[in-house]
Amino acid sequence: MATRGIDFGYGFLTQESSFDVQFSLIEYSGSDSYARAYLVGLLNTLLVSILGIIFCTILGVIVGIARLSPNYLIRTTAAWYVEFFRNIPLLLQIFFWYYAALRALPLPQEADPMLGSFYLTIKGFYTPSLVWINLDIFIYSVIAAIVAIVFVRLYAKKLRENQGKHIPVLNISITILFILPLLTFFIGGVNVTYELPVLKQLAKTSFIFEGGLSIPPELLSLVIALSLYTATFIAECVRAGIEGISKGQREAAASIGLNRKQILNLIIMPQALRIIIPPATNQYLNLTKNSSLAAAIAYPDLVLVFAGTALMQTGKAIEIVSITMLTYLTLSLLISLLMNWYNARIAIVEK
Amino acid sequence: MFKNIKKILSLLAVASLVFVYSCDQMAGKKNQKKGASKTVDATKKSGFVKCGVSQGLPGFSNADASGNWTGVDVDICRAVAAAVLGDADKVKYTPLSAKERFTALTSGEIDVLSRNTTWTLSRDADIGLTFVGVNFYDGQGFMVRKNSGINSVDDFQNGISACTNIGTTTELNMRDFFNSRNISYEPVAFEKADEVVAAYDAGRCDTYTTDKSGLAAQRTKMSNPDEHMVLPETISKEPLGPVVRQGDSVWEDIVRWSLNVMIEAEEYGIDSQNADMMKSSDNPAIKRLVGAEGELGAAFGLDNEWSLRIIKQVGNYGESYKRNIADTGILPDRGPNELWTKGGILYVPPAR
Ligand SMILES: N[C@@H](CCC(=O)N[C@@H](CS)C(=O)NCC(=O)O)C(=O)O
Repeated sequence: MATRGIDFGYGFLTQESSFDVQFSLIEYSGSDSYARAYLVGLLNTLLVSILGIIFCTILGVIVGIARLSPNYLIRTTAAWYVEFFRNIPLLLQIFFWYYAALRALPLPQEADPMLGSFYLTIKGFYTPSLVWINLDIFIYSVIAAIVAIVFVRLYAKKLRENQGKHIPVLNISITILFILPLLTFFIGGVNVTYELPVLKQLAKTSFIFEGGLSIPPELLSLVIALSLYTATFIAECVRAGIEGISKGQREAAASIGLNRKQILNLIIMPQALRIIIPPATNQYLNLTKNSSLAAAIAYPDLVLVFAGTALMQTGKAIEIVSITMLTYLTLSLLISLLMNWYNARIAIVEK
Repeated sequence: MFKNIKKILSLLAVASLVFVYSCDQMAGKKNQKKGASKTVDATKKSGFVKCGVSQGLPGFSNADASGNWTGVDVDICRAVAAAVLGDADKVKYTPLSAKERFTALTSGEIDVLSRNTTWTLSRDADIGLTFVGVNFYDGQGFMVRKNSGINSVDDFQNGISACTNIGTTTELNMRDFFNSRNISYEPVAFEKADEVVAAYDAGRCDTYTTDKSGLAAQRTKMSNPDEHMVLPETISKEPLGPVVRQGDSVWEDIVRWSLNVMIEAEEYGIDSQNADMMKSSDNPAIKRLVGAEGELGAAFGLDNEWSLRIIKQVGNYGESYKRNIADTGILPDRGPNELWTKGGILYVPPAR
């Protein structure tokens, strides 16, 4: 490496990055360090991944069940959806959603409000936002409520095992979860108001919305593309899982008078989950790794911010690529661990 | 799970061994004889110059439908090929995004990077690169829609969104500029230039910022070029020029003087048409440039007609500029890129 004039080291991480990032979950500007730029990219990667996993799971389960529907129309629509979105390269889909959105969405000054104060424009999706006073006290109260609930559950378990008494754990838990945070509004000085996005003129034909929450179109289209694509695979996992439960179970459940919905929720799904989780984990991993295609449409994820801009501005290719690889490896291992733990929990305990 | 971790760890171990070994190998090749060049040898052996260019910037480096590359940056690659291999067409072009370009050079995928790249201190000193000269003096500017009502950078207001390329000096200058004026802005940075153009063209951003030459060139790609204009202000210095890998001084000299020869040839009025006739000129400086006097090529192990071939096959700087940038309507006025003798700042050391 020395012959090629490349020197090696991680000292650059504390230097000032001197570039700005479009969208960040934490406070960041170019006068912060490269290490903080890394954190900005990582959080943005986590954000799309988590949103993607949530939406692809919801959609995937619905489509997977729909594929087994007795209704011909529902069944074939679901099948077409899966075949269509599964077989088009993801990058193309991302470009499609992004540029289609850009072409189709109105300029801020031409956007009609939806539900009062929501605006979907070419520069982003603008929604009202909540403005908190003493948010930290509120968060502590939620944490305290959760801790209290854990104790109630342990106590209830002890009561049940020692004295055979049942107490309504669920109702008590819900009450605690509401009452405790609510109290902070009256005695903790917590307050919340909302802020609406307001149109602001920058130049003759150039407008933006100020105030409220703004979600950039890059994030929107990325989440849509990732969810629609990955949901096809989740749907197939769900279908395979349901089909993997023997017909006898369904018939037995029907014979004791359960309806279709009950059979699915009480008999089929709990068992099918064990078949669904391992391959679904793979899809979650894929989605997380695929989120790195974000760079193509300017969504500032880890690859764009750190392995892109930061790498270019420092020239520390080996260091930055190795950190980035290690980060994705860690993320993947964490997701696997989490899903394995969940799978172990729902596995049938053979007595 | 733990089995997997073990597997991964052993893979990592193997990978790092391979890596350390290859570094050793590179270090071993260091002992270079004086006057000999590893890159020249490799170039002669493969039969073409490996040149990194842009992914399509009209006037600078742009491929037509049949894959023929043209542009002032491309002409540098062609000049080097004419000098070293005797044929300007013996070039292998690698289109690179701003982000990929330096890694391609330091890793050896290309041997010359001639791709509207700004010469800066940190690039020159830090990352294993050496800039050899300037073939286009440029500066960063802004493009806006004509109907936007923005006629100068003074009309920019808080909240403006600016589309640009990542990994460029543009990204850094933009911050300096908006910061010093206390304007909050939304940077929307893409990897590929075409994506920037598409997003700006669709209305995602209020302004598109990059080198002014780049703005002029990219404007031709907009769906309706007449709807856009470049603001008058220039916010930075962007001296663009060819780059080589650090460590092969002979190769570095060949690329540097291939560029210098093109500029000096224009200064002395030598062009692709009259070059042969100039051999009988009375001016020794001219005779040296066309190889009729002196032994200039010997200094880097080339024959004495190397510079004549550049002028005959590629042309002088003025011919290259006219063919690629002026006649195509991109920047008809040469501005600072005029010879020092004609009021510009093009001034190269003498070839003697
Ligand atoms: N000169 C600047 C910017 C160079 C740059 O990448 N500019 C863009 C916009 S003009 C470009 O070359 N695009 C053409 C491409 O990527 O093919 C630098 O060296 O950082």
